[in-house]
Amino acid sequence: MALLEVRDLKVYYRTIWGLFRAVDGVSLNVGHKEVLGVAGESGCGKSTLVEGVLRLIKPPGFIAGGEVLFKGMDLLKLGDDELRKLRWKELSYIPQGSMNSLNPVLRVEEQVIDAIVEHGEYDEEEARALAREYLKRVGLPADVLRMFPHELSGGMKQRVIIAMAMILKPSLVVADEPVTALDVVSQRLVLQLLRELRDEYGASLIYVSHDLATHAELVDRMAVMYAGKVVEVGNVEEVFLEPLHPYVQLLIDSVPKPGKKVVKGIPGVAPSPLNWPPGCRFHPRCPKAMPICSQVEPELTDVGGGRAVACHLYGGAQ
Amino acid sequence: MSALLELRSVTKLYRVGRSLSLKPRYITAVKNVSFSIPGEKPAIVALVGESGSGKSTIARLVLGLVKPTSGEVLYRGKSVGTWLREDPTTFRREVQAVFQDPYSTYNPFYRVDRVLYLAVKKFKLASSREEAERLIREAMRALGLRPEDVLGRYPHQLSGGERQRLMLVRALLLKPRLLVADEPVSMIDASLRAIFLNGLLQLKEEQGLSSLYITHDLHTAYYVADKVVVLNAGRVVEEGPADAVFEQPLHPYTQLLLKSVPLPDPRERWREKLSFELEQLEKTRPEKGCPFQYRCSFAIERCKMEDPQLVNVGEERRVACFLYEK
Repeated sequence: MALLEVRDLKVYYRTIWGLFRAVDGVSLNVGHKEVLGVAGESGCGKSTLVEGVLRLIKPPGFIAGGEVLFKGMDLLKLGDDELRKLRWKELSYIPQGSMNSLNPVLRVEEQVIDAIVEHGEYDEEEARALAREYLKRVGLPADVLRMFPHELSGGMKQRVIIAMAMILKPSLVVADEPVTALDVVSQRLVLQLLRELRDEYGASLIYVSHDLATHAELVDRMAVMYAGKVVEVGNVEEVFLEPLHPYVQLLIDSVPKPGKKVVKGIPGVAPSPLNWPPGCRFHPRCPKAMPICSQVEPELTDVGGGRAVACHLYGGAQ
Repeated sequence: MSALLELRSVTKLYRVGRSLSLKPRYITAVKNVSFSIPGEKPAIVALVGESGSGKSTIARLVLGLVKPTSGEVLYRGKSVGTWLREDPTTFRREVQAVFQDPYSTYNPFYRVDRVLYLAVKKFKLASSREEAERLIREAMRALGLRPEDVLGRYPHQLSGGERQRLMLVRALLLKPRLLVADEPVSMIDASLRAIFLNGLLQLKEEQGLSSLYITHDLHTAYYVADKVVVLNAGRVVEEGPADAVFEQPLHPYTQLLLKSVPLPDPRERWREKLSFELEQLEKTRPEKGCPFQYRCSFAIERCKMEDPQLVNVGEERRVACFLYEK
């Protein structure tokens, strides 16, 4: 059984312009000790998806349907207290821009210790020892505990956050764009660390990023989202080397890499969640669009070998 | 013929700390930087480096938004300061800029057309509204934007990619000679990034526009640039033709950067683990010696004492590292 199973999750926002269907029916699995990448461009719903999975959606957003099964429990049906017990201990979340969420007037120590003590399992002394130990594991010396956030570089702050996320040994860590604002060298150090989370601590990881190259570096399987839906899922090597969905093909082709001298983008504009195009949501920009594409929405269909794609080219309509 | 743009030993200090203290403290944003964009034929020169390497300070120096503490920034053989005193209109028309944030460039209360019409009016490019509109439509089509999709819209109705391309349209209207693009694609999606970069290449080929392309993204630098200048802690550590620098980086810093860039190919993951001591990560600006000494695995005693100077190593290549000094 998968560690996490998301079934037909829908997260909508009520706005004065109408219903904003940010995540519109997403199904995904995350296995034990697996790194799942969620890729896609801005506005495709990747951050909303993980916030929905962790039940962090705030009004005017709401969960319009679906199930999130974590170790067999439906997170969407748990009471607030039960959910609170799971946070940090079972489910850790590294939100986007979280390195800037450290309180600037408190020393790192107080913030890390607070997070541990809050959980009620350790007293302050134990928490201090744990904090020291984990900072060392992420490659930071204990001195960092006595420092203020502004004394650390972006990469060092991000490592403090990762250390906090690891301390209570969660089985699932969700990291939303954890390396986006970092320089290449810090980026590499943080990606190495995320991989160790799985390799050494046996945690599963959901890695959300718009940067395809970092997915190629880190994840085992990846799901690519477009317009609130997953359009393709598969083993990372297969998705990169032989993408099936025309959007994924074009997206991978638009990333410059050494030795590739012609790179094309995808003309057109991503559609609005207020008004998704009928049929396949990619059809207005798709070079392979057929008449059926503007009428019938393709389902995410299993094409064997753990891969699924939502495209009429692969018989999605039946 | 003089170079289109030339920086001669440019240093820029910023004063930091309390303004009332008796001893002001300074940080060196840019130290003794020299490089040029040749004038003979259009070229794209990429300035690459990590955050804090002084990239944006150089952009501001070139645009005349800040003055160098010492050294000279020359545009077509004349210093930027002199240009701005004697003929600001010509300088402002010939040297255009595209900045990182495609959101803050536009006034949200006006339609996007306004930035284009204002440019036409300010620089007297057309004698009537009709002519202005014709010029604008032509420029948009040249860059693959459909005027009917964009004109008459408000900034929030356009994607980041469209807004950045509209800045290129504006540049195209004014027929500038030099475009200073400071991280123009770091905030736009991958699928639209390529379209912008192709626009930059197209302006070079068709309009003879040279660009100073400033970025931390080595892949895009390799894609568009003819020449690459690598900055570390405000200093040029390596310079050369883009292909040569990416295929055979000489400076240990360039090597580290290239080694750390993830490739969009899962078969080519990093094999060895990279690790640093905290001291190496924290101290990035040594008092003296090579700026890269703490993280460099080749560092010798001399690197802590002396500043390595840029030396010529082969055709059009320069590197500031004792490893290459004869």
